[in-house]
Amino acid sequence: MAGSRDFFNRRLHSLLGVIPVGLFLLVHLTVNHFATRGAGSFNKAVNFMENLPFLIVLEFLLIYLPLLFHAIYGLYIVFTAKNNVGRLSYFRNWMFLLQRVTGVITLIFLAWHVWETRIRYALGQTELNYDMMHDILSSPVMVVIYLIGVLSTVFHFANGLWSFMVSWGLTVSPRSQRVSTYFTMIVFLALAIISVRTIFAFI
Amino acid sequence: MSQKTVKFIITRQNSPETAPYQEEFEIPYRPNMNVISALMEIRRNPVNSKGEATTPVYWEMNCLEEVCGACSMVINGKPRQSCTALIDNLEQPIRLEPMKTFPVVRDLAIDRSRMFDALKRVKAWIPIDGTYDLGEGPRMPEPKRQWAYELSKCMTCGVCLEACPNVNSKSDFIGPAPLSQVRLFNAHPTGAMNKAERLNAIMGEGGLASCGNSQNCVQSCPKGIPLTTSIASLNRETTIQSFRNFFGSDK
Repeated sequence: MAGSRDFFNRRLHSLLGVIPVGLFLLVHLTVNHFATRGAGSFNKAVNFMENLPFLIVLEFLLIYLPLLFHAIYGLYIVFTAKNNVGRLSYFRNWMFLLQRVTGVITLIFLAWHVWETRIRYALGQTELNYDMMHDILSSPVMVVIYLIGVLSTVFHFANGLWSFMVSWGLTVSPRSQRVSTYFTMIVFLALAIISVRTIFAFI
Repeated sequence: MSQKTVKFIITRQNSPETAPYQEEFEIPYRPNMNVISALMEIRRNPVNSKGEATTPVYWEMNCLEEVCGACSMVINGKPRQSCTALIDNLEQPIRLEPMKTFPVVRDLAIDRSRMFDALKRVKAWIPIDGTYDLGEGPRMPEPKRQWAYELSKCMTCGVCLEACPNVNSKSDFIGPAPLSQVRLFNAHPTGAMNKAERLNAIMGEGGLASCGNSQNCVQSCPKGIPLTTSIASLNRETTIQSFRNFFGSDK
């Protein structure tokens, strides 16, 4: 194939951010939203996810491996940019910077979040249920960390959706890119409301 | 009698190897001055604002009407052509810097060779030479000719590379200008015969995929070229080309 590794990796990075990582994010936020209907509903939903067949295979194929690639290649992308919003403070240039900043915040947050929930559960140190999240979020510091982490994540996803559509040549004309800006910002707002409500449902 | 003056803070550099330094100048104001006529005034009387004699500031210029691309520099933080930078429209003191994305030759003059190398790499031309007269090329539809004409206005001035956050010493990105030229030559009915070659060239290292969609290029281009439309259109073309390369195609 004439296309270089650069081209392939960058396109793969863009694809994996939406499929499957972005789709998993939507499922994850949806399942967690059961918390707003009370501890019982949440525990039932989590229990269903916990007992999916081939769970570990699904987790590795649809979450861990794509996420790791997206994160590591994403860090490389972050470090090859020389941001210049100070001189050229255009809207898209700000979004370019925010995409990188929220990407790094999301990575740090996810490392902590996966350790605190999935790994500790795998080590048998905690149960996966409403009380686990309630305990974590009983500290105001953790609430702030979760708010920052989750808002970064949903912004990174929504704005990433915009650049995914450009990178794959779905939105070409300036008008289509403007419409998709509005669309992805609505996605951001909707997911932000959903996830913030979920966080407060655990408190 | 106090005369109206124009203040400049110019980032200078004696040679490619030496360290840059700033020098201030204050020159008499004349109506309708632009940055180039001000630099000419400094060249005529190379005395800095402290009254010390200095070397004249060196810069490049050619057409003086924003079609050649030679006089690009960073003016008050923004990369642009100095010939169309009118003094009356600029906040003072006016800060002039070279476009440091490129190797600085001296003072404000830079070496844009990398752009011409990139044009060669992406085959930004239409091969028409044969062993016999190939005759006239096919006609181009008028609406297509109109937007292609806009792309042809590129003067390789380097402003889009300077504005792009992904063109820097840590990356080998060729920048928006040569990418848009690929779209121009692929749009031409004769040029389209070598479309795949050009697309494969920009799918190489430092090519199209290095774009991060900051869209500074389209905001900065002095010719108003729809660079981001070109890039997005090439994204679509290379998506299809990569499938053709992988699965095979008779096109």
